[in-house]
Amino acid sequence: MDILAFARALPGSVAQGLIWGIVAIGVYITYKLLDYADLSVDGSICTGGAVTVMMMLAGYPAPLALFCATIAGMAAGFVTGIFHTAMGIPAILSGILTQLGLYSVNMRIMGKSNQAISVDKFDLTLSVRYIPQAILIGAIFCLVVIAVLYWFFGTEIGRAIRATGNNEQMAKAQGIDTNAKKVLGLMISNGLVGLAGGLLAQYQGNADVNMGRGAIVIGLAAVIIGGVLFGKIFRNFSLRLVGVVIGAILYFCVIALVLQLGMESTDMKLISALIVALFLAVPYIKETKGQKKVKPMVKGGEEHA
Amino acid sequence: MLELKQVQKTFNPNTINERRALKGIDLTLQEGDFVTVIGGNGAGKSTMLNAIAGVWPIDQGQILVDGIDITKLAQHKRAQYLGRVFQDPMMGTAADMELEENLALAKRRGQFRGLKWGITAKEREEYRELLKILDLGLENRLKAKVGLLSGGQRQALTLLMATLQKPKVLLLDEHTAALDPKTASKVLEISDRIIAENRLTALMVTHNMRDAIHYGNRLIMMNEGRIILDISGEEKKKLTVEHLLEQFTKASGSEFATDRALLS
Ligand SMILES: Nc1ncnc2c1ncn2[C@@H]1O[C@H](COP(=O)(O)OP(=O)(O)OP(=O)(O)O)[C@@H](O)[C@H]1O
Ligand SMILES: [Mg+2]
Repeated sequence: MDILAFARALPGSVAQGLIWGIVAIGVYITYKLLDYADLSVDGSICTGGAVTVMMMLAGYPAPLALFCATIAGMAAGFVTGIFHTAMGIPAILSGILTQLGLYSVNMRIMGKSNQAISVDKFDLTLSVRYIPQAILIGAIFCLVVIAVLYWFFGTEIGRAIRATGNNEQMAKAQGIDTNAKKVLGLMISNGLVGLAGGLLAQYQGNADVNMGRGAIVIGLAAVIIGGVLFGKIFRNFSLRLVGVVIGAILYFCVIALVLQLGMESTDMKLISALIVALFLAVPYIKETKGQKKVKPMVKGGEEHA
Repeated sequence: MLELKQVQKTFNPNTINERRALKGIDLTLQEGDFVTVIGGNGAGKSTMLNAIAGVWPIDQGQILVDGIDITKLAQHKRAQYLGRVFQDPMMGTAADMELEENLALAKRRGQFRGLKWGITAKEREEYRELLKILDLGLENRLKAKVGLLSGGQRQALTLLMATLQKPKVLLLDEHTAALDPKTASKVLEISDRIIAENRLTALMVTHNMRDAIHYGNRLIMMNEGRIILDISGEEKKKLTVEHLLEQFTKASGSEFATDRALLS
């Protein structure tokens, strides 16, 4: 293995990890706070990228394009939320339907499957050409997002969203419109993913209709890595989100390492899927194993406690 | 205060699992009534409370609170009139949220939730005072996650949350059944005190006949989706468990269907 080549690849991994860290924060909101596995992410990341690139090609400034990408992502989240709450479609399926529909929407936005945007001709927010600057910009975006979310989830309405995900029955009994809160949570999550899509498209210099494939798994991987490594020390909500971003960075560092070891980049999806499956299995296996050991002693007591 | 008119509910209609859980319930609670509800397993007690709370729509009849027809109101909208404590101590609180956050959620029941951040010192002081009265040491654990509390502590907290905004009707469904006897009687005492101090109107389901007789000013017995006994005032004070069992046999034509009641 070429240590030097790996070291040279690392800054790029960090930059990518920071952008994907925002996706992961979006996934954290649905998966951890709302207890909702939202697959729309795979589509809304591309929607964000497509909106950003097409707007910039049309001459709009990058900040406005990113703002619109965020709104577009929120619209996607809204649709998933309506599928689920107003139409009674199961959570996973709602996300899959949105994701599928977004493929066509994204193609419509871009007109073809790939639209490039050159760093030489456009004033990009960040680019793979200037990695140190991209790292700085990515970090600033992450910090601002974390600060805003820390504030928001401490407000009355933010707490109502958390209560909905934590114990829906209780939330309803306390007068919370849980359906509206789920929709709102999905909108915030997908809005962030759309924003990240806009940043990613600029960073890599193009929006591609396949750029979101497997995004949910990368997001989950980051959430899980962040949780496993920092769950014990980062108890505060904002620190947990920092943990998620670090999780995303580590994920891309591991990817860089594996690539250096000679794997094909197309193998990465398989490796990601296996890693996530493994980590998701750990709590389950721990639990079932623990039960077998403890059962004879505690069972009766547990039932009547 | 609370009025049920000919309330009917059938689960899984037109299937083999069809179950007529409520067969026309008529019940009127006066302001300040504390009604205990007893009845065998499957009598329809929980179903009646769920109908009031709006867990699902009823098939027929009307439910009024303070003269307002709430029959068609969504569950979260009726919550402004109702306080609820469930049988399962896990059901009434958000485990991953702090004690004070749970209370703050309850404090805003029936009110607009906006972008006000955090919990004010004044609010916190109010919670601390209320928790002190529970005498469970919770006043020093405002920042603790509720998931760390015991079942009894969680039930007491749920009770506090249900009454933080004075409800028009408090619904208690076997809220001490999952607790050990000592904790159960403590939570029951607390319930009684909160109801008395705030002059609440309450419906309390229990499987314990002694508790049903001891607490409240009125007792109703349910069987197969109907109210078959309604005793209040002086007559209720003179009730005994034996008398109640006798009444049950007379009114329903069968033996009381739970042995839990006899054992307690
Ligand atoms: N959601 C539901 N779906 C189908 N059947 C139900 C449902 N809820 C209650 N039932 C049925 O309705 C009947 C009344 O149940 P309910 O829970 O009201 O009884 P209960 O008086 O509370 O009894 P217990 O003392 O066991 O709590 C039972 O036959 C029950 O199986
Ligand atoms: Mg019941």
